[in-house]
Amino acid sequence: MRLLDLLFPERRNSAVIAKDRLKIVLAHERASRDAPEFLPALQKDLLEVVGRYVEIRDDTLRVNVGKSADTSLLEINVEIDRSLFKPVHNSATMRPRPLPTVRLEPESQAAPWVKPG
Amino acid sequence: MAKVIVLTSGKGGVGKTTSAAAIASGLALRGKRTVVIDFDVGLRNLDLIMGCERRVVFDFINVINGDAKLNQALIKDKRNDNLYVFPTSQTRDKEALKRDGVERVLDELKENFDYIVCDSPAGIEHGAITALYFADSAIIVTNPEVSSVRDSDRIIGILASKSRRAEHNLEPVQVHLLLTRYSLERVKKGEMLSVEDVKEILSIPLLGVIPESETVLKASNTGTPVVFDEESPAGRSYLDAVARFVGEQREMRFLQPERRSIFRSLFGRA
Repeated sequence: MRLLDLLFPERRNSAVIAKDRLKIVLAHERASRDAPEFLPALQKDLLEVVGRYVEIRDDTLRVNVGKSADTSLLEINVEIDRSLFKPVHNSATMRPRPLPTVRLEPESQAAPWVKPG
Repeated sequence: MAKVIVLTSGKGGVGKTTSAAAIASGLALRGKRTVVIDFDVGLRNLDLIMGCERRVVFDFINVINGDAKLNQALIKDKRNDNLYVFPTSQTRDKEALKRDGVERVLDELKENFDYIVCDSPAGIEHGAITALYFADSAIIVTNPEVSSVRDSDRIIGILASKSRRAEHNLEPVQVHLLLTRYSLERVKKGEMLSVEDVKEILSIPLLGVIPESETVLKASNTGTPVVFDEESPAGRSYLDAVARFVGEQREMRFLQPERRSIFRSLFGRA
């Protein structure tokens, strides 16, 4: 056995794998278990607000409460794909740019792709 | 003051009923007046493990509903005068265990017993929550296996938030780890989580380790709790666990390979 261990030091036995997997999954589950009760509601509200600006899916927004000694940390992670940015309409600071007006000359009706003047 | 102990696990098939029967019997063997209650409504099995299945007349639900008196439903064990079995009903109505009814019955039992051992059903539904709700101590029955360890962690969380002690801001339920179906050989080969691994992951104090043993099946076949079998390594481990539970110091047995003589390996029992 010893000799084999020396020959194949990299081989991880299944009990070690089990322990590592358990540690990771339980760390996650404990964090969500100890979370305050308002968290799901907060997550839903955030989803709605962020969703006005960016197209996001339920699983791309994560809200966690971390704790260390006597401070709590509210952590909000939103995963955003740039291509999913929505045009902004309802923000006070960024007014929607007026659409360019297209003037069509009577003779250009046959060719509507002509750039507006 | 009587103490309510729940044996719980989340996962099914890990040995809750076997352990409840063994620990209740072990407490009775130490002279403690003990009653073991089956909370698994619909799937009654404690009566079989305790070997009193043919003596069940009235059950837990009958007493809660006022159809029978407590002393009509309690079954006195034939092996030990301190030991009583309180069987459950086979009704399909899972909500039959009303919390206030259970509390009333437990309060009455507390006047007559030192220990009330509750055998919880599997899962985290109504029955399991009712079984753990009134507990002063909880014995978390766990197998050295990923799904069992994960479910145990879940149940430990529920004990800390949903039990009566948690809801009333009393001293928290004392939790103990009981690792069952342990195989030293497989741990040595790296095929099974070790006691240290499970202790580290769940971080609760260890009450005992019960080796996987053929004598456990033999015990359930005959309806004799395994502690009554003096030859059984599992039985001796349960007795050690009971001794630790009442505050004695006992070394963990069967965690080192046993040195066996040629005679014992030829003729001895596992």
